[in-house]
Amino acid sequence: MANLKELTHREDRLEGGHRLCAGCGASIAVRQVLLGAGLEPVVVGCATGCLEVSTTIYPYSAWKTPFIHNAFENAAATVSGVEAAFKGLKAAGKIPADKRVKFVAFGGDGGTYDIGLQSLSGAMERGHDMVYVCYDNGAYMNTGIQRSSATPKGAWATTAQVGAAQQGKQQRRKDLTAIMAAHNIPYVAQASISHWKDLTNKAEKAFAVQGPAFINVFAPCPRGWRIPYNKTVEIAKSAVQTGFWPLFEVEDGVWRQTVRVVNRKPIEEFLKPQGRFKHLFAPGNEALLAEMQSDVDHQWDALQSRFNCS
Amino acid sequence: MSTWDVSSLDEWKSDRFPLGAVIPESGNSRDYVTGGWRSERPVRDDVTCTQCLICWIMCPDSAINAEDEKVTTFNLAHCKGCGVCANECPADAITMVPEGCDLPEVK
Amino acid sequence: MPTQKTVAATGNTVVAEAMRQCAPDVVAAYPITPQTTIVEEFAAFVAKGRVHTEYVTVESEHSAMSACVGASAAGARVMTATSSQGLALMWEELHIAAGMRLPIVMANANRALSAPINIHCDHSDIMGARDTGWVMLFAETAQEAYDNTIMAVRVAENDDVLLPVMSTLDGFITTHSIDRVELMDDESVSAFVGEYVPKYPLLDLENPVTHGSFAGLDGPFFEFKKAQREAIERSRKVINDVGAEFSKLSGRPFGMIETWGMEDAEVAIIVLGSTAGNVRHVARGLRDAGMKAGVVKVRCFRPFPFAEIAEALLGVKAVAVMDRAESFGAEGGPLFLEVRSALYDSSERMPVIDYIYGLGGSDVKLELIESVYKDLTDIASGVEAPAGLVYLGTR
Repeated sequence: MANLKELTHREDRLEGGHRLCAGCGASIAVRQVLLGAGLEPVVVGCATGCLEVSTTIYPYSAWKTPFIHNAFENAAATVSGVEAAFKGLKAAGKIPADKRVKFVAFGGDGGTYDIGLQSLSGAMERGHDMVYVCYDNGAYMNTGIQRSSATPKGAWATTAQVGAAQQGKQQRRKDLTAIMAAHNIPYVAQASISHWKDLTNKAEKAFAVQGPAFINVFAPCPRGWRIPYNKTVEIAKSAVQTGFWPLFEVEDGVWRQTVRVVNRKPIEEFLKPQGRFKHLFAPGNEALLAEMQSDVDHQWDALQSRFNCS
Repeated sequence: MSTWDVSSLDEWKSDRFPLGAVIPESGNSRDYVTGGWRSERPVRDDVTCTQCLICWIMCPDSAINAEDEKVTTFNLAHCKGCGVCANECPADAITMVPEGCDLPEVK
Repeated sequence: MPTQKTVAATGNTVVAEAMRQCAPDVVAAYPITPQTTIVEEFAAFVAKGRVHTEYVTVESEHSAMSACVGASAAGARVMTATSSQGLALMWEELHIAAGMRLPIVMANANRALSAPINIHCDHSDIMGARDTGWVMLFAETAQEAYDNTIMAVRVAENDDVLLPVMSTLDGFITTHSIDRVELMDDESVSAFVGEYVPKYPLLDLENPVTHGSFAGLDGPFFEFKKAQREAIERSRKVINDVGAEFSKLSGRPFGMIETWGMEDAEVAIIVLGSTAGNVRHVARGLRDAGMKAGVVKVRCFRPFPFAEIAEALLGVKAVAVMDRAESFGAEGGPLFLEVRSALYDSSERMPVIDYIYGLGGSDVKLELIESVYKDLTDIASGVEAPAGLVYLGTR
C-alpha cells in the first residue's frame, strides 16, 4: 500500500485539459483509483456521462490509457467484451500468454445504479477479470441534476422538486454496494474521494484480484449539490464522519470496516452546507430531518452487525 | 505538444479523419487550455508548505506538478481555480488570489 | 479448389459451422428463438475445444452487441447471432457498431416483432435495422446462409468497408429445416477469410487510443456520417468482388441480385429470402403454361442494388414486390419503397404493386404466388392496378 510520496512516482493516467467542472469529484475519483491501481497497464471503459463526455471531446482525449466509451447502460458489458478479446487473442496466439492487463469501467450512479445495473450484474456474475468503479454523485448530473436511485431521500433534484406538495425526492436510496456484495464476487468496497489512502488501497486490492471487483466511490458534484467548488472533498469527508457514507470492504464475503468513525456526527452537518437540502431546514420539515437521521442510524447499525457477524 | 496535428481539423474532409471518430493519441487534452475558466489562482507558500501532497492527490484537474516527491508548480494551463487544494491544505499554505484582467502565461 | 462435403443440415447448423470455420476470437451472444441452435451448436464447439473463441454468455442482446463492440474495438474478430426482439433490443448498439466502424458479423434469424408475440418468420425485425449502417445480406437457403456468413467476414473486414455485416436467414423456414448443403473444408475457409488486422486496436498498449469519443459540440459528427456513407457505397464493389472470388472457390454464383427468367420476362416478382424458391417454382410452372414470368431475388439489401434492379426490370410490363414486413403509414413495405425508388431514374417505369405477405409466419401458399402473377398479367394487359398495397392471403 503506497503512501503519497510513493504515489507521485506513478503515472497520472488522467491528463488535465478535460472539461469537467471546476471542483469535480469524478476526476478526483478517477485519479485516485488509477494511481492506486499500480503499475500494470490498464484499459479503461466509461459509461456515457459527465466523465466520459468531458474527457473525450473530439479531437482531445484526457486518457493516457486505451479508452473506450460505448453507451450509457453498458460500460460493464463493453469492458467485458474488451476483456474477452484479450483472452480470445491470447488463445489465438496474438497476445503473449503471460501478458497482464487490467480492465476497468467507470460509470456514474445513473449509469450504474439505474440504467446500467443489468449490464453490471451480468458482467460481475460472468466473472470477467475487471474492476467496475461507480462514481456516485447521487443524481443524473450530466443531463442536469435529475434524481436517480442513488439520490438521497429528501434531496432536491430537477425531477424531484420542492414545493407545497412534495419536499424533494420521496424515496430512500438503493444500497448498491450491498447488491454488488450479494454477487459473491472476490472484492467489493465502498470508498470516498476524501479518504485517499483508503481509496487507493481499495483500488490496489481491487486491481490485484483475479476476477471481478466493484468499488462504489463517493464523488460529490458541486454544481448538483449546490455547494462551492472548493468544498468537494470537505463535504465528502462530512458524509463519512456522519455515517451517511460508511467506508468498508467485502473481501471474499467478509465484511470489514476500513475507516472507523469514533464520534459519529449528526447528519445535519452533511446536509446543511448543501443547497439541495436547504428546504429540510425550513420550519415544518423537522420530521423529515429526524427521519433522515434515523435512516442513517439504522443503516449504520445494520452495517455494524454485518461487521460483527463476519 | 502532441504528435497528432489537429491544427487544420476544421478544413479536413470526411476521408481525412481517423476511422470511427477514434482519437489516435492518448492524453492530448494536455494541449487544450482550461486555465481561462479560472477567476482565482492558487498560490503556494513554500515556507508554510509541509509537502504533505494532499493538494496533489485531491486536484480534479491533474494540475499540480510534483517532482522528487514534492509539489513544485501549478499547471495554470489546466487549473480551473476550483480551490479544492487551498481548502484541503492542512497547513493553510495555499491561498486563492483573484486573477487580474491579464491572464498568466499558460504555455 | 477446396474439398466440399455434402451434408443434410439446418440453416442454423451450417451458420454455426461457418462461424467455427471463420475462427472468431470472441462470440458474445444471447439465446432467442429461432436463433438458439446457432449459439447452442457454437457452445458445443467451445466445450469440445474446437475453437479458440472466447464465448461470452451475456445477460441480454443489448449486452451481446455491447460486448461485441468492446471486443471488436479491442482488435478481435467478433461474431454473434440474434433474432427479432433481440435485434430490436440491440438497436442502439447496431448504430454504434457501424458508427465506430467495427467489422462485426452477425447472423439474424428473421422473425416477427411483438405485439402480439409471434416466433415465426417475417422481416419486421431486420427491416427495423435497415438504417443502422450495417451491410445486410439475405439468404434463400441454408447453403446461402452458410456462404453469406463466410463472405460477410471478408466484406466487413475489408479496408475499404470496415462496417458490420448482418447475414440473415428466415426463421424456422431456413433456420430449422434440413437442407442439402455443401460445406467447404476448414483450411479453404480459413485461407479465404484470412487474418483480421485491426486499424486502431484498443489492446495496442504502446499506442493508446480513444474509441467512442464525443463529437457533439463543434465536432465533425457530420463528416463522420459522410465517411460512413462513403464506406457503404464502396462496399458495393467489395461485395461483388468477394462474391466473385467465393464463386470461383465454391462453384456457386453470387451477385447482389439473382434473376430467373428475366431475359424476356413480361411480369416479375421481386422477393427477399426463402420465399424466392417458392416464387421460382411457381414461375417455372407458369412459364410452361406460356406466361413470361420472371423472378428477381435480392441478396443484398444494404447497400441496395438500385442499378441492378432497374436494369433487370427493363422490358417488364408489370412488377410485384413481395414484402414480408410492414412500414405502417408508408406507401408500401420496405422493399417496395426501395424498388420504386430504383425505378424513378429508369428509362422505363412500369406499374409496381406491393404485396405484404407472410407476416408472423402466415403461410405463403403457392396459389397465392400464382395469383400475384395472374394479377400482373392482367395489369400488363391493361387492367387497372390496385390503388394501394395488397395484403396477400389475409381474411
